[in-house]
Amino acid sequence: MTAETGLAALWLAAALSLLQLALGFAPGMSKSGSAPIRAVAVLQGGLTLFAFAMLVLVFATTDLSVALVAENSHSAKPLLYKIAGTWGNHEGSMLLWVTVLGISGAALAIFSRRLEERTFVAALGAQGALALGFFIFLLFASNPFARLDPPALEGRGLNPILQDPGLAFHPPTLYLGYVGLSVAFSLAVGALVTGRVDRELARAMRPWVLGAWVFLTLGITAGSYWAYYDLGWGGWWFWDPVENASLMPWLAATALLHSLNVLASRESLRAWTIMLAMIAFSMSMVGTFLVRSGVLTSVHAFAVDPKRGVFLLILLAFYVGAALLLFALRSGRLSEGPEFELVSREAALVGNNLLLSVILGVVFIGTLYPLFVEALTGAKLSVGAPYFDAVVGPIALALMALITIGPLLNWRRDSGERLKRLIIPALLGLGAFIILLMAVPQDGLLAKLGFGFAVALFPASLLPLLARKLGRTPLTTYAMVLAHFGVATAVAGMSISSLTTSETLIAAKPGEIVSVGPWSIRFDSIRPIAGPNWTALEATLYATRGGAIETLKPQARFYTDPPTETTQSAILTTLTGQLYTVVGQQVGDRWQLRLWWKPMVTLIWLGGALIAIGGALALLGRAWRGWRKAGVR
Amino acid sequence: MIGKPKHQRLVLVVIALVAVLAAVLLAMWGLRDRAAYFYTPADIEAGKAQPGQSVRLGGMVEKGSVQRLSDGVTVRFVLTDGAAKVPVEFRGIVPDLFREGSGAIAEGSLGSGGTFDASNILAKHDERYMPPQMGNQSAEHQTAKTVAK
Amino acid sequence: MTGWLRFTPIVLLVLIVAAMLWRLANPPDTTVHSQMIGKRIPQFVLAAAVPGVQGLSSTQLADGKPKLVHFFASWCVPCIGEAPVLDELKKQGLTVEGIAIRDRPDELAQFLARNGDPFDRIGSDPESKTQLAFGSSGVPETFVVDGRGVIRLQHIGAIEAEEIPAIKAAAEQAR
Repeated sequence: MTAETGLAALWLAAALSLLQLALGFAPGMSKSGSAPIRAVAVLQGGLTLFAFAMLVLVFATTDLSVALVAENSHSAKPLLYKIAGTWGNHEGSMLLWVTVLGISGAALAIFSRRLEERTFVAALGAQGALALGFFIFLLFASNPFARLDPPALEGRGLNPILQDPGLAFHPPTLYLGYVGLSVAFSLAVGALVTGRVDRELARAMRPWVLGAWVFLTLGITAGSYWAYYDLGWGGWWFWDPVENASLMPWLAATALLHSLNVLASRESLRAWTIMLAMIAFSMSMVGTFLVRSGVLTSVHAFAVDPKRGVFLLILLAFYVGAALLLFALRSGRLSEGPEFELVSREAALVGNNLLLSVILGVVFIGTLYPLFVEALTGAKLSVGAPYFDAVVGPIALALMALITIGPLLNWRRDSGERLKRLIIPALLGLGAFIILLMAVPQDGLLAKLGFGFAVALFPASLLPLLARKLGRTPLTTYAMVLAHFGVATAVAGMSISSLTTSETLIAAKPGEIVSVGPWSIRFDSIRPIAGPNWTALEATLYATRGGAIETLKPQARFYTDPPTETTQSAILTTLTGQLYTVVGQQVGDRWQLRLWWKPMVTLIWLGGALIAIGGALALLGRAWRGWRKAGVR
Repeated sequence: MIGKPKHQRLVLVVIALVAVLAAVLLAMWGLRDRAAYFYTPADIEAGKAQPGQSVRLGGMVEKGSVQRLSDGVTVRFVLTDGAAKVPVEFRGIVPDLFREGSGAIAEGSLGSGGTFDASNILAKHDERYMPPQMGNQSAEHQTAKTVAK
Repeated sequence: MTGWLRFTPIVLLVLIVAAMLWRLANPPDTTVHSQMIGKRIPQFVLAAAVPGVQGLSSTQLADGKPKLVHFFASWCVPCIGEAPVLDELKKQGLTVEGIAIRDRPDELAQFLARNGDPFDRIGSDPESKTQLAFGSSGVPETFVVDGRGVIRLQHIGAIEAEEIPAIKAAAEQAR
């Protein structure tokens, strides 16, 4: 019954999205104002959310008469993972996608007050159009509520690699980010239709982009940390096509965010901002397509039917193509904003957009290159870290330089006076670089430069606060400072850990002492241990570097259904870094141990969190300002 | 660089073009030496891979060829495609699905002595979970009833 | 100048979509194909895999008639789905010889009882030695071997019902 209710809600919501589309673009609708389309959008979002809730219920109760549950769940799974199993498969995650799309539209309908009405109505219509296509895909090619007759006796189990609290929340967080960008896309479409690309549009779009961007930042940071501790390889970013699929919307959204600030403050960069808004959500759609179509192989990818891939590709081609066509036809009518000089905040932000777009471009090309080569020549190749590090690294450094300079410049025209304040940070950075050159003589130029730039950026990011009354500085300025400080933190973490990580790979007998970096580790014992749906061999390690003795227990784990072996690393986090331990296979009377000492590696994810918090503060700051203004009136 | 609005628009368009061009050129430069080709043992025997070039080698782990060295962490084995064979050496913890008679992909480079130095091993499942028409996505799990060695 | 330029993103989109469509039609394939096609089958003598059914040897495969050699196992899930197809091939007059890899007699017997037994003979290949010698890298796989013992075709994965005519044709050509 639950499943049928959910399916019925989906059909209703799909019908409503069609209505929403019609109301958004039908001529003569403006007479009724925006109330009807707002109501439709809210109802559509609500029904979709209801359908999603039904699917969660069906998973939580392990209703094995629903095919999706039978294929992806198991009655022995802990409740948290049963619920997380809702989106741990193609159909369920697609429903989550559509749900976020619907809720975003509903929220846009409820909360957007300031925007010019015709633009707003067209935007809601665009949102309806987006929803409609994905509803059709869901209902006709990926029905999550399909029944299984007769019901299965037991589920086929969730992939044990997905049984992890961090990973349970990784997809929803990312989807809120990816799909939240749909609002920016729809607003851009609406603005192109009416021709009103102005500061009002920027102010309407900004909270959406900020919100989505915060979630994307968190999602990517969390995903990176999950891969780091769960895969047991000690790495935190693999340039895996699916990782790239999450990075590309983020790059576009970051550029969009900064571009929106220009549009909001100065009404410049109109065409760029619109284009970026379209690219950002297009990248989200491309990402969804890449993960589900089988076009790129990856540990992340869902195993799917190429027919679904074709469907998604057609949807994507249609939406992106229509948006680009609209842009081609209408962007000519957008008047250009007031001019600005080479040394100005606008120019720095143009530079920022430029660099971020180049990074987006090279990541995109690198991700798709193997596909093109194979299509044209038949040769199979893979593009990995060597390429991406080499091309993205230097541009990221240039970007960091810009981050030190940009916030210190005035709008329109700046004398460059305040740039003198950068002398001390620059010297500090240079000093750090030179010290590293001498201390770590071997390779790693990029990492050393990265650390130099990070050391310069730490104080430089605080400079905008200099010579200001701190109590009267807007929250949004603090937000910017924090986010940029976060960038420095993350880069510092990446550089230091890359230059100073020590690794020990050894087969040891119980009782032996091994060392890694400053640590002395005694491999005490190894014993069998069991969990709710797994058994494992757990090693006990006692580690010390002159002080207290810490215990670490890495495991080699075996899940029962489906039968899989995984490694559970044991990590010790200290103020100066992480000790990362993995136990491998038995070799005679010895056991393989792989140990890393990674100084400062946690700064990477701390930096990501700071960036996200900065974004959240900016959102809060703008909301605060909005409420205060409303209160004053 | 004070410009009238039209001039400024032109400048911005040019900058956009520069961005695209820069991305393409940078990508081409990066891809020239840093894309890793996928070869089979027959390709290696035919000399398609240069020593030192970063490549991926796919094949099956020949039965009886896996040797563990005394350090406990280095393993030597032979990858074959039925016709040609390539000796591989890998230092590390092999993935759980890695076993004799099963498929594996080694990432690394051909050493000067003809042995492939692997920096990473990806093991493939030997049971075809989906027909190749479906994209050759191998299952992430094994079935329970395999003969014990 | 900005006129035609504004349409270039669309052109790019078309190119990318075309590449994706190509890829969807030709999925990535890191399968290792057998290098033994066109070559004589390896020499082997395999014991009976199941009591009551003869084992298989290479000499039996060069008796003048083309045959299908089918690698499978009781633990191979897609083999279950393929069983009706093999029955149909046998009905259409083809001889199907089986090689069971890394299997146990009792489980194999259960598998055959449940899914049907189209095999004339079933050889036991407990260490996949013969499988590797054929250049096969997984199950299920089917080889078309001609009357002189030369491998003419390798079919990787379960044979779909639509492919029966093609397999038959390959066997015909292998006379």
